Amino acid sequence: MRLRLPLALLVLALALVAAGCGSEESAPTGPTTAAGTGGETVATNPCAKDQLQLVNDGKLTIGTDNPAYPPWFGGTPQGQWKISDPESGKGFESAVAYAVAKEMGFTNAEVEWTVVPFNNSFKPGPKDFDFDINQISYTPKRAEVVDFSDSYYDVNQSVVALKDSRIANATSLADLKDAKLGAPVGTTSYDYITENIQPSQQPQVYDTLDAGVAALKAKQIDGLVVDLPTAFFVTAVQVPNGKIVGQFPTIGSQEYFGTVLAKDSPLTKCVNEALAHLKDSGELAQIQQTWLSDKVSAPVLQ
Amino acid sequence: MEGDRRSRILGGMSSDARSVTIALASTVVFFAVLVLVITSSPGWPEVKAAFFNREVFSDAFPEVLRAFWLNIKIFCVAEVFILAFALVIAVLRSLPGPVFFPLRALAIVYTDFFRGIPTILLIFILGFGVPALGLSGVPTSALVWATVALIIIYSAYVAEVYRAGIESVHPSQDAAARSLGLSRAQSLRYVVVPQAVRRVVPPLLNDFIGLQKDTALVALIGPVEAFRQAQIDTSATFNFTPYVAAALIFVAFTIPLARLTDWLNERSRRRRLAAGIAP
Amino acid sequence: MSSAPALVLEHVHKSFDKREVLKGIDLSVAEHEVVCLIGASGSGKSTLLRCVNLIEPIDGGRIFVGGREVTKRGLDVNEVRRGIGIVFQSFNLFPHMTVLENVTLGPRKARRLDRAEADAQGVELLRRFGLEDRRSDYPDRLSGGQQQRVAIVRALAMQPQLMLLDEVTSALDPELVAEVLSVIRELAEGGMTMLIATHEMSFAADIASRVCFLDQGVLLEEGRPEEIFRSPSNPRTQEFLRRIIAAGRL
Repeated sequence: MRLRLPLALLVLALALVAAGCGSEESAPTGPTTAAGTGGETVATNPCAKDQLQLVNDGKLTIGTDNPAYPPWFGGTPQGQWKISDPESGKGFESAVAYAVAKEMGFTNAEVEWTVVPFNNSFKPGPKDFDFDINQISYTPKRAEVVDFSDSYYDVNQSVVALKDSRIANATSLADLKDAKLGAPVGTTSYDYITENIQPSQQPQVYDTLDAGVAALKAKQIDGLVVDLPTAFFVTAVQVPNGKIVGQFPTIGSQEYFGTVLAKDSPLTKCVNEALAHLKDSGELAQIQQTWLSDKVSAPVLQ
Repeated sequence: MEGDRRSRILGGMSSDARSVTIALASTVVFFAVLVLVITSSPGWPEVKAAFFNREVFSDAFPEVLRAFWLNIKIFCVAEVFILAFALVIAVLRSLPGPVFFPLRALAIVYTDFFRGIPTILLIFILGFGVPALGLSGVPTSALVWATVALIIIYSAYVAEVYRAGIESVHPSQDAAARSLGLSRAQSLRYVVVPQAVRRVVPPLLNDFIGLQKDTALVALIGPVEAFRQAQIDTSATFNFTPYVAAALIFVAFTIPLARLTDWLNERSRRRRLAAGIAP
Repeated sequence: MSSAPALVLEHVHKSFDKREVLKGIDLSVAEHEVVCLIGASGSGKSTLLRCVNLIEPIDGGRIFVGGREVTKRGLDVNEVRRGIGIVFQSFNLFPHMTVLENVTLGPRKARRLDRAEADAQGVELLRRFGLEDRRSDYPDRLSGGQQQRVAIVRALAMQPQLMLLDEVTSALDPELVAEVLSVIRELAEGGMTMLIATHEMSFAADIASRVCFLDQGVLLEEGRPEEIFRSPSNPRTQEFLRRIIAAGRL
């Protein structure tokens, strides 16, 4: 009797907590697809420009990280962008992005770029971009959380070393077993090291490409593992006394870059359609030739 | 009437017990409402899946735990050096008289400068800069230099904590020790510093905990410790749960440390207050 | 048999900032003498004692201990202090050490005795004053009277030639005062040279060979206890004693 009030409060509180914890774990729902009225036989193209559900009306919002590195992006940086300017249309990913936009019916002026740090591309909640193009590799696990478009570039990993490094003349993966290797964080480069090279020394991981390059120059690592086009940029611009030791053979399924979209986004189909057109017409190969051509020849390590 | 009704319900309890019960009950209600609001919000399932995913957790946890071993190693090595080096600086700072002025000034400059410089900056400067100089005989390991940077910076903070402790020991203790014929160094070593250290256990513990978290900064220049491992797992799965796993591990490490030092602190406090010395 | 006086203060001056606290003290204490300093608070008694064992540097004059000038430049003050024992009003025991550790710290570190010997001597001293069974306790477990007795033992452990006692019972509850006074009495009867600052007038009357009245940094009057307490000549001494008697402390 004396404890009636506080006891009642306690019971009520516990009930509320139980109710909250018992809520069903429903799958994250993507944006609702545009409903077509049932029974209509006229095929409305869901990828028609005016049918698209975009983050910003009338504009295609494309995301990438800052700084924007060559050879993925080019041009003189302006505004908030560092190193390169995505809006320039120069650089492989910039060119692909604008080509895809054009296929989807957007003029260059209707394309808007936004900075999307890597972690933001897959954080929960609505995206602030329509698609993100940022050298992100498809993996099945990642595809559970976001949508990936089809490949716009098949990737090979490679290793960069200083010319006087002890692995400078390595010809096989086995030659790298004793090396101290490094890779940027969150990349399949790191995965390649741990899964396929399995060196005896723990690989080093860096927040940015720049940090990895600094470590290489400081001789804290024998080799930096990055995708092949990036390796060319690194040896051409950042580490003149470095060389590409070689590119790695594909082990398992071919790694590829895809654009990232919100899970179950209706735009994914449209982006894939655009990419398919670009592949069929040869335009994608042309873009690759323009921006990556001299950057694909390096010896393949066994 | 209102007062009557209230006293009838809670009547029979002492007013202290009544207040505690009401406070407790209202706190529980508050948190229950908070939980309810969070879990019934529209985005909750997605957030829950992104941060509290059981499968990702069980995959990431062992890896992150294994990487945490590096954090522990760094912490133990660094802490030993910090406690010793900071004490030297604090003692230098406390030497009286004009003849010791240069040493005092050195200590002041050291603590001012290295409390001012951001830790990240020093880690990059030492971690990338020193090995790049190419001096022979100097270690090039990123781990070594990052740890050195942590030691340098934390020594500056801990030196100030020691100094506060030393200054808080009543001068009569030093007077008593000197009166026995002990030298200044002996008085510091056997009487003042042991008491000083016992007094500053809470702020020392704060710095311990800060250091334990800052061990994650070595990842900036390459070594893979727990936080970085969580980051690797996060970007592999596009799921943030590994960070939650890392957080749990860090907290689990902190709690026993905090309880232990609280107990040590209470015991020395008790002794101090009763021995006729100003606290 | 005639040796130098145990302690001589010669024209000793001491100032804190601009305020002069000791204004030219001349005082001499012979071996085995017990000299009591009386006077109001702030008269300089504590300062005088702290100058004797060199905790406070003096601004003028000289101090001789056992015939040796201890205020000379370049002297090893630590060595001087080993020969002088001082006990403070607030005991100042080391709270992080046991009673025995408190007692043996000086002998072990300042006199470099090895642990076993220092412990043996310390236990013996504690036993003499009835504190042997407390030797493993920390000061926080002792009563004020016990702590002060330990403080005295700690000073004695260094085998000093001279003991300075600074108001050692003033911080004690009345019922604990007696046990400390009996220790001091025992020391006096054993022939220890002592300079005692105290408010305990009847005790002073009892054990002092000489009483000195200190007033605002000046040694106004000194003499045998009967002279000072019963027929003081200086009017200020008379006034002081009048106040003491009115307060029921004599």
